[in-house]
Amino acid sequence: MSRDMYRQRILDHYRNPQNYGELEDADVYYMDDNPSCGDEIEMYAVVEDEEVVDVKFDGKGCAISMASASLLTDKVVGMSLDEVREMETEDVQEMLGIDLSPARVKCAVLGLKVLEGGIVEYEAEGA
Amino acid sequence: MSLEASPLNVEEVREDFPVLQREVQDESLVYLDNAATSLTPEPVVDAVTSYYREMNANVHRGMHSMSQEASEEYERAHDVVAEFIGADGREEIAFTSNTTEGVNTVAFGWGLENVEEGDNIVLTQMEHHSSLVPWQQVAQRTGAELRFIGVDDGVVTERAVDEAIDEDTAAVSVVHVSNVFGTVTPVEYVAEKAHDVGARVLVDGAQSAPNVPVDLDDIGCDFFVFSGHKALGPTGTGVLYGRRELLEEMQPYEFGGEMISRVEYESADWADLPWKFEAGTPNVAGGIGLARALEYLDDLGLENVHEHECRLTRYALERLEDDPEVEVYGPPSGHGDRCGVISFNVADAHSHDTSDLLNSEGVATRSGHHCAQPLMDLMGVPSTSRASFYLYNTREEADRFVEALDVVKEVFA
Ligand SMILES: Cc1ncc(COP(=O)(O)O)c(C=O)c1O
Repeated sequence: MSRDMYRQRILDHYRNPQNYGELEDADVYYMDDNPSCGDEIEMYAVVEDEEVVDVKFDGKGCAISMASASLLTDKVVGMSLDEVREMETEDVQEMLGIDLSPARVKCAVLGLKVLEGGIVEYEAEGA
Repeated sequence: MSLEASPLNVEEVREDFPVLQREVQDESLVYLDNAATSLTPEPVVDAVTSYYREMNANVHRGMHSMSQEASEEYERAHDVVAEFIGADGREEIAFTSNTTEGVNTVAFGWGLENVEEGDNIVLTQMEHHSSLVPWQQVAQRTGAELRFIGVDDGVVTERAVDEAIDEDTAAVSVVHVSNVFGTVTPVEYVAEKAHDVGARVLVDGAQSAPNVPVDLDDIGCDFFVFSGHKALGPTGTGVLYGRRELLEEMQPYEFGGEMISRVEYESADWADLPWKFEAGTPNVAGGIGLARALEYLDDLGLENVHEHECRLTRYALERLEDDPEVEVYGPPSGHGDRCGVISFNVADAHSHDTSDLLNSEGVATRSGHHCAQPLMDLMGVPSTSRASFYLYNTREEADRFVEALDVVKEVFA
C-alpha cells in the first residue's frame, strides 16, 4: 500500500528539507524537471579534490522527490564524484527505506538525476 | 444537496462496463480519471471485435466482399459522427488518431497557408498543450502574434473575448470545456466575434463532445476536433470536422496513399472529401468502434449524460467546499456552466502524493499540470489533482472519493 511510503521520516524531510536553498560559488550547478508532473529541482555543489564538500538543493515537488533530494544532500557530502555518479535507483530506494511503486520511482530519483547531470557537465568543462 | 434521481439508469449502464468490477489495491475501483480517457462499454468492444472476427479487410480498395463490407461500415461511421455533432454529411468529417492530430491538421494545413506576419492568433489562457503548442509553431513560422483571452477562475467572459479579438485576428482556437475546471467557453460568441473580423475558428471539443450535446449549427465554428477515446470509443480514434468549403480549399497535412485521386511521377491530385485528410490505411476497427460509442451515447441522450455529471459534480463540490483543508479551483458549485471536472489540492500535500494515496483507497484520479503548464503558473500552483465524472459514476463513488481524502489529510496533517 502506498500509505506505507509516507513514513514520518519522509514527511519530516518534505516539510523541513535539509540543505535547502542556493549555494553561492558552487562548482556544480544543474536543473532538471520531471516532465510528467513539472516538478523541478536545482542542485548546487562545491567540489574539492574530486570530492563533494558541500551541497544544496532548491525546487518544488512531491513528498517523495523532496525527501529524496533532502536525504541525498546529506548522503553525498564526503563522497567522490565517481561514487556519486555510480549511484543507482536501488541506492536511492535504500536511502529512503521504503518500497516505491513504479509510478513513484521517477519522483525518487529526480534529485540524483539532477546532481549527476551537474557532475557530468562539471567534468566535461574541466576536461 | 442535489438528491434528485439521476436521469440515467446508472446501474444498468454500469453492467456494460465490466472493468468497473475490478479491484485496485484490494478495494473496488472508483474510476474518476474520465477526462483523461473513458472506459469502454461492451457494445463498443463488440463492434471492434466483430470487425476483426467478421470483416477484417482493408478499405476503399478491395474488389472482394469483405473489403466492401468493411468499407461500407467504415464510411458509415463518418455519417454517424456527422449526425452526432450536427455536421453537413460525411464530407465534413475526417477521422484522426486523436484531438492533437486534428489541431495539427488545421494549424499546419490551414494556419500556415493563411496566417501572415502582422496577423494575430487568439487562444484562451486555458488551452491544452495540444492546441497551444501547434499554434505556437504557426506563430513562430509565420511571424504572427499569439494572443490570449484572459481566464478568471476558469471563466471566459464576453468582455475578455472582445479585448483579445481585433481586425488583425486571423485564427481563433479555443477549448470548449476546460479539462482543468470543467468550465464552458462561450464558443458561440467567440465564433461570432471572430467571423465579424474575418477570422477562422477552431473549437477543441475533447471535453465537450463526450459530455454535452454539441450542435455545430449553434456553435458556428469552422473547425471542431475531439478524441474518440474520451467518448467511450477506442484509443487511437479522433475526429476533425471542417466546413466543407474550407476543407475543399485546404491543403492536407499528411500525404500518401488513399488520399489521392490521380498520381503522376511529378505530381498528384487529392481524393474527394473527407478521404483527402486520411492518408494511408486508416484505423478501420477504431472508426467502427467510435461510431458505435457515439450511438451508445446518443441512445442515452447527451442531455441526460450531462445532467447526471453536473449533479454528481455539484454534490461532490458541496461536500468539498465545506472542508477548509481542500482547495478547489474554478468557480463554486452554484456556478451555472460547470461540467464533471474538479481540480483540487489537499492541505500541503503535493498532487502526486494526493493521487497516490487516493489510489491506495481504490480511487483513480489524475495529478500534475494536466497539459496546461502555463495555466498552472497563472494559478500559482505547481500542479493539481483532478477528479472527473462520467455517466457510470455514482453518488456512492463521489462519497468514497470525498472520504478517501481523509487519508491524505491524516498523512499530511
Ligand atoms: C481539452 C483537451 N484538449 C485536447 C486534449 C488532447 O487529447 P488527445 O491526447 O486525445 O489528443 C485533451 C485530453 O487530453 C483535452 O482535455
